[in-house]
Amino acid sequence: MSKDVMAELKKDHISKLLTKGTRSDGRGFEEMRELKITTDYIKSAEGSARVQLGGTDVVVGVKLMVGKPFDDTPDKGVLTTNAELIPMASETFESGPPDKESIEISRVIDRGIREGHAVDLSKLCIEKGVEVWIMFLDVHVVDFDGNLFDAANIAANAALKTAVVPAKRAGKGEDYPLPLMHTPISLTAVKIDDKILVDPTHDEERVADARLTVTTIENGNLCAMQKGLEGSFSIEEVFKVIEMSRRLGAETRTRLPG
Amino acid sequence: MGGMTTDIKLIDENGRRVDGRTPDEMRPLKIEAGVLKRADGSAYVEWGLNKVLAAVYGPRECHPRHMQNPTRALVQCKYNMAAFSVDDRKRPGPDRRSQEISKITSEALSHVVFTEYFPRASIDVYVEVLQANAGTRCAGLTAASVALADAGVPMRDLVASCAAGKAAGVVMVDLGKEEDNFGEADIPVGYVPRTKEIVLLQMDGDLTHDEYTKGLNMAIKGCEKVYDIQRDALRRRYEARSLDSDIGAPEGVQKEVA
Repeated sequence: MSKDVMAELKKDHISKLLTKGTRSDGRGFEEMRELKITTDYIKSAEGSARVQLGGTDVVVGVKLMVGKPFDDTPDKGVLTTNAELIPMASETFESGPPDKESIEISRVIDRGIREGHAVDLSKLCIEKGVEVWIMFLDVHVVDFDGNLFDAANIAANAALKTAVVPAKRAGKGEDYPLPLMHTPISLTAVKIDDKILVDPTHDEERVADARLTVTTIENGNLCAMQKGLEGSFSIEEVFKVIEMSRRLGAETRTRLPG
Repeated sequence: MGGMTTDIKLIDENGRRVDGRTPDEMRPLKIEAGVLKRADGSAYVEWGLNKVLAAVYGPRECHPRHMQNPTRALVQCKYNMAAFSVDDRKRPGPDRRSQEISKITSEALSHVVFTEYFPRASIDVYVEVLQANAGTRCAGLTAASVALADAGVPMRDLVASCAAGKAAGVVMVDLGKEEDNFGEADIPVGYVPRTKEIVLLQMDGDLTHDEYTKGLNMAIKGCEKVYDIQRDALRRRYEARSLDSDIGAPEGVQKEVA
């Protein structure tokens, strides 16, 4: 209840600033927060990255193990994405089975990486129909100040780029770098009072009417999209966010390890 | 997308699709309102080979009570697939996909319901997929808004839903199962025709900007067709109701049957 009151008060404050063309942290509407990427952060993982996007801090680890392929894709590796919103990161996160929010976040991150073909899953086949590499992409949120979608997406891309297939450990030959194809980068924007702002903070997310995440690859093609919250977008607004995603995504892409 | 390969020709020499449709042709859609006795409102949708039921209970007291919102009602949708609705038996109970669909469907419906009329209440919407053949989230959302209207829940408009996508390089509306499994992209859309607002939007696959523009417009056109059929279903429902009341007319009153 007290949280609702605070959200109402903050909404007035945020709205007032928006009419003046600014945000509570002084950013422009189309300006991302400061981005810091640390790769090879976890030695026990096959690939890892820690990403700080403003006050949001996530660690992503990639683990690979040998397993059975799915019946309908016998010659492809398997990608599994999981996001854990642990109580450490926010007073609003609770331990226990994943709730609707973390399921949506997991699935949106997964969709970007999968549909953008970040990893060449066909090269993760060991023996068709018998053995393939099973890849786990685990997102651990340690500090939460909004826009988990993009922080986790960037961290996932960075972790994948440094990942090594542990073939030697599994007795499958020499280790080799994870076979990669594209770098699908997501951009999330929220709508508050008919204004569109990118990379929302937690306060902005709490008062937002609607949210849209658009994922693009290097050539500007779209590979994933997710609209959230109870508000709506006009067709023009959807295309505005697509344009922002292509432009800002290209900038983010240059920040990732080659 | 499914990521599977196939020998099926998704588009033949004459530009026809697997089931003989043209790219801008939807599968046949039938909607019936008020099909269940117990629920406050209900609808049945047959869309191609999809068979989907929606039931509405409420507005009623929201449980657990800590979920209650003192200023408005919650619209809570539960999307569920029957174990026998797909070729390989689906494990009963909620999985991550169905929980995500439940969430975005609830959000889309909340936008059109006058939730502020029913503080502390819950409006529960149950979507059951009895037979699935691609496009069940659109069929579910379409059925759910008719069921809400049938329950007499005050709404700004109906939400109509339809998808577009790409298969065999062709942008097309309302993907069927083969097109969904072996195609290149899918864009499900939920649309409020009266205000031209987009309330549900997802995308996965690979599309150029031009293809996406074409697809989104096709999906919205599809939504407009769905809307006409939804309204027709409700109109028929109310005609049927007025006949019912004639049957219950007091003795001696001459019934006028057209």
